[in-house]
Amino acid sequence: MRIHHRRLSALATIASLAAVSVLAAACGSSDDDNESSGKVTITVEGWRPGDEQGTIDAVNKQAEAFMKENPDIVVKPVEWEWNAETFATQLAGGQLPTTFRVPFTDTKGLAERQQIADVTDDVNALPYAEDFNPSVLAAAQGTDGKIYGLPTDVYGVGLHYNRDLFEQAGLDPDQPPTTWDEVEADAKAIADKTDAAGYVQMSTNNTGGWMLTTLTYALGGRMENEDGTEASIDNDATKQGLEMLQTMRWVDDSMGSNTNFEWGTINEAFAAGKIGMYMSGSDVYNALVTTNQVDPDSYGLAALPLSDSPDAGILGGGSVAAVSAKASPAEQEAAVKWNDFYRERKNYDPDAAVADAEVLKASDQPIGTPTLPIFDQDTWQQVQDAIKPYVNVPRDQMTSFTDGVFDQQLVPEPAAHTQEVYGILDSVVQKVLTDENADIDSLLADANDKAQALLG
Amino acid sequence: MSSLLARARAAAPPVVFLLPMLLVFGLFSWWPIVRSFVMSVQQTNLVTDPVFVGLDNFRAVLDDPLLATAVQNTLWFALLALVIGYPVPLVLAVIMSDLRRARGLYSLLAYLPVVVPPAVAVLLWRFFYDAEPTGVFNSVLGWVGLGPVPWLEDPSWAMPSLVIEATWAAAGGTVIIYLAALVSVPPELYDAAEVDGAGVLSKVWHVTLPHLRGIMLITLILQIIGTSQVFLEPYLFTDGGPDNATLTVLLLVYDYAFANTTGGDYGKATALSLMLAGALALMSVVYFRVTRRWSE
Repeated sequence: MRIHHRRLSALATIASLAAVSVLAAACGSSDDDNESSGKVTITVEGWRPGDEQGTIDAVNKQAEAFMKENPDIVVKPVEWEWNAETFATQLAGGQLPTTFRVPFTDTKGLAERQQIADVTDDVNALPYAEDFNPSVLAAAQGTDGKIYGLPTDVYGVGLHYNRDLFEQAGLDPDQPPTTWDEVEADAKAIADKTDAAGYVQMSTNNTGGWMLTTLTYALGGRMENEDGTEASIDNDATKQGLEMLQTMRWVDDSMGSNTNFEWGTINEAFAAGKIGMYMSGSDVYNALVTTNQVDPDSYGLAALPLSDSPDAGILGGGSVAAVSAKASPAEQEAAVKWNDFYRERKNYDPDAAVADAEVLKASDQPIGTPTLPIFDQDTWQQVQDAIKPYVNVPRDQMTSFTDGVFDQQLVPEPAAHTQEVYGILDSVVQKVLTDENADIDSLLADANDKAQALLG
Repeated sequence: MSSLLARARAAAPPVVFLLPMLLVFGLFSWWPIVRSFVMSVQQTNLVTDPVFVGLDNFRAVLDDPLLATAVQNTLWFALLALVIGYPVPLVLAVIMSDLRRARGLYSLLAYLPVVVPPAVAVLLWRFFYDAEPTGVFNSVLGWVGLGPVPWLEDPSWAMPSLVIEATWAAAGGTVIIYLAALVSVPPELYDAAEVDGAGVLSKVWHVTLPHLRGIMLITLILQIIGTSQVFLEPYLFTDGGPDNATLTVLLLVYDYAFANTTGGDYGKATALSLMLAGALALMSVVYFRVTRRWSE
């Protein structure tokens, strides 16, 4: 009996130790052993949640082609979308794809906090490393001058409008507004004659600040000085922009009653025909098609109206394909190779652009949505010419933008604490859109103080 | 086989059988609590090595002008929930306990919202709260010549709108608790009251409520603790807006940790969480001290 007791206690102890080690293993990071087999496995940002099957097929096809070209690398595309709220915990928990795109505005902060990998050597090994437009490459560089990813797409903000609603309101869909006064008048016409809101602007999750900054640029103002050391939120252009919103919302009643919109929800509402006009990146048409199934015939894209101010310009931004700080050197190298293959080469090499267009065509994906040059304008033009036969987006409904954008000054987003400043501006936009008596001057003075406190 | 199990049971110390439970509870409940104490005095982004910063995080939280807004909003939510949300389940339970027929059906109807996943419920209510005159609630109000109401679109309307949805979502659970307590009221007391000529209201006042007093005090403190930690509704409906009108303490904790795109301030977030937990614990102790005499 005594012996039995001992043996059973020992057994129980072993069993519980085993349980502990299983739990510990489950909690610990699962270090990849894939390099021991001679192959490197990486997960990559594939498609957005809610994307149609064609988008998924197209990415998977590209992954297969890539693995044929690089037999030592296994690529697994996964569903992923940049979301600031989950990024840091995904990174800490080892749940991030090996490579993913982050907005221009976030690269420097992420690099500073060592949350994305320094891939300078891998990028410099690419044949076109010397040819990047320096101001675009700067978006992928940290304050230490090292390169933290590949800038893969550049947009300028445009005015997206619903051609059907223009017609219903008695407006000419081929003559989109070219001044902000016309935007205001057209918005009122749409609101008066249809059930839709004439003009809507994003307001939450930092997009309110992003779009107020866009409006400010269009009217010739700036939110910060170039070094990002001085806040200038209380400038005349921002004030003028907010006064215009105030008039449209409360006097003209042309912005509808719902004001709580961000990037995804405003796309949804626009695709559903509830919005006449809104500002967003020039490349948003892709998402409108693959995620929101917009009717191509109803879609129009106009150049953003600019004021006469010599400083007036359109806000430009983009994405950097970055690599997780937790990736091993071999995984980092593989990730940059994939980004070169899947995202960058088509921006540089006309043959690669054609090959990419072939795949997109086979899965019925949008081809030819307006973008801006990542390299020089000649390279961009050659690529555009090469894919011309494949273009399936309604380019003739985007001529106002494509004809006008190269005459417009492209202004980068505020240099320092960009998203935090946008967060401060969110409140200002929300206040103006939800409170008829909002005092714009004091709102801006207050926001400027808060921003200045951040900039130091 | 069974004799082996019996022998194991006889031989192994009880702690062995408790071990799996202790492990899970320790790992998923107590370890995070201990970690949050540690993180509240650190600056960390969960990737690089944390830096010890003493009480800086607590100071930074107390210096944040948004803290006052968040505390005010949370108190406002708690007060509204008390005024709107606290009597609703009590009234429902008293009415339902008086029903003779189909009581099960009414219990089901009252409890159903609790079964609906909260995120789904919020999505549903966002439709109802559409501020356009064509929105669900506004259409209904329009039939009787009222509205349209800017449910979530106006700083002064937003919070009451959240409370209405939260009450709808949570009332069912409390109704069940009250119903169970009401069963324990001896029916003779009602008969006696009736003989004395008591109407429905005075029966409720003199018989039902005194019997429910103990339960009501518990549900009250549970509700206060619950509403002080309100997060889901402001996060999903309004994200704290418009203009921070629905920013609550827990949402501020969340914003510290996750809303900043370049990596959160987990130190500040845990510092504020601990301060909230401390305040609630203190309040609970005071509450039970004060009400001890009443509930006996």
